[in-house]
Amino acid sequence: MDRVKQVTTPLSGGVLEELRAGDRVLLSGEVYTARDAAHRRLVELMEAGRALPVDLRDRVIYYVGPCPAKPGQPIGSCGPTTSGRMDTYTPRLLEAGLKGMIGKGVRKPTVVEAIRRWRAVYFIAVGGAGALLAKRVLSAQVVAFPELGPEAIFRLEVEDFPVIVGIDTRGEDVYASAVAHYRISASRTQG
Amino acid sequence: MREIHVGRIQETVRDLCIRACCELPPDVLAALEDARRREESPLGRELLGQVLENAAVASRENMPLCQDTGLAVVFVVLGQGVRLVGGDLQGAVDEGVRRGYAEGYLRKSVVRDPIFARGNTGDNTPASVYVEVVPGDDLRIVVLPKGAGSENMGALKMLVPADGPDGIRKFVVETVERAGPNPCPPIIVGVGVGGMMERATLLAKKALLRTVGAPNPDPAVADLERAILSDINSLGIGPQGLGGRVTALAVHIETWPTHIAAMPVAVNLQCWAARHAEAVL
Repeated sequence: MDRVKQVTTPLSGGVLEELRAGDRVLLSGEVYTARDAAHRRLVELMEAGRALPVDLRDRVIYYVGPCPAKPGQPIGSCGPTTSGRMDTYTPRLLEAGLKGMIGKGVRKPTVVEAIRRWRAVYFIAVGGAGALLAKRVLSAQVVAFPELGPEAIFRLEVEDFPVIVGIDTRGEDVYASAVAHYRISASRTQG
Repeated sequence: MREIHVGRIQETVRDLCIRACCELPPDVLAALEDARRREESPLGRELLGQVLENAAVASRENMPLCQDTGLAVVFVVLGQGVRLVGGDLQGAVDEGVRRGYAEGYLRKSVVRDPIFARGNTGDNTPASVYVEVVPGDDLRIVVLPKGAGSENMGALKMLVPADGPDGIRKFVVETVERAGPNPCPPIIVGVGVGGMMERATLLAKKALLRTVGAPNPDPAVADLERAILSDINSLGIGPQGLGGRVTALAVHIETWPTHIAAMPVAVNLQCWAARHAEAVL
């Protein structure tokens, strides 16, 4: 397996162009959380021509709804949620300058195409590893939509947050190639 | 009649919610260890290592394994010799869930109105409670906090008798293939066959509670479980869907008598964090 690359947010300049699907990355810096309800609100604001509560340019959104923090800790368990539910909204956010997403699971072809078009990257974190990933979060503050509870937008400061490049700026998708490699073709159920 | 005060149910449900969310049952841990030994993909083995390390951290720090601490599915097996006093059952379970999710720092993931407002109830209630009345005077409570990542990838199909076991096999494998990485593999595949559609789905959910990999006592059903597991583990999906041999840890099929014209099949997928805890009062 390849060496692990260090990437710091915001994702300005050409840093993303060097990443390839399947690369292991340790991400550091600021990321915003947003999931279903926050995505819907962000896109509604954009469609109404109103300002967004956060500037998405060169930013990373982490698809997560964390557990409440215990006293003295910055955050509770915080692993990725299924990215596909955000697919409807993602192309609009990429158009607004979003450069990275962290989640788990497959994306629709329209999202892969938008990622390629806007030269962004989709990162995968280990689903269910919420306790482990919480150790890589230094701080967390709610910055928008507090009424959404766990679905509010938090600003997280992360350090060496482990992810895998799922879809790179060229639109290469790691899921497709990895699964094909281990597939035993007699099991094919379609086609 | 044996009297049980509902306060004991509250207390028990509270404890079970926290324990289930923070500690994997030993059979699930053993199945994951075994998967790490068997997995051919180096990345797959590493991801399973992270999964096991996560389980160790969660248990040590009494911290939820996964941030999706689920909707609390609660099975109550109530001996008919038991008389509940001091309140009602649903109210007691809900109070237990409310306390467990607050005091355990678990995420509140329930919305009141599923269609329009989708406002969070703020305390993870109501629980989804299923009561079965049996002979005896024990009260058994099982809490299964179920996350939506795996739940959303389940499916129900009304097969007909002519579809036979091959029809079941094809439908289950297709469902897992379509789910791909989304339900956080390696998964446990719960399958319910028979009854009417509601019975099939409940059987599929209950199948998730079986000791991981324990076969159905009916040898023909156990053979079908093995055949489906082999098909699934040939799909190449692997740990986290990033390629590999271990896509499912087990396939558990539960059956029930059905109508002469029917063969409903429900598939309920469970992520590797197969959380559940139980107690007998």
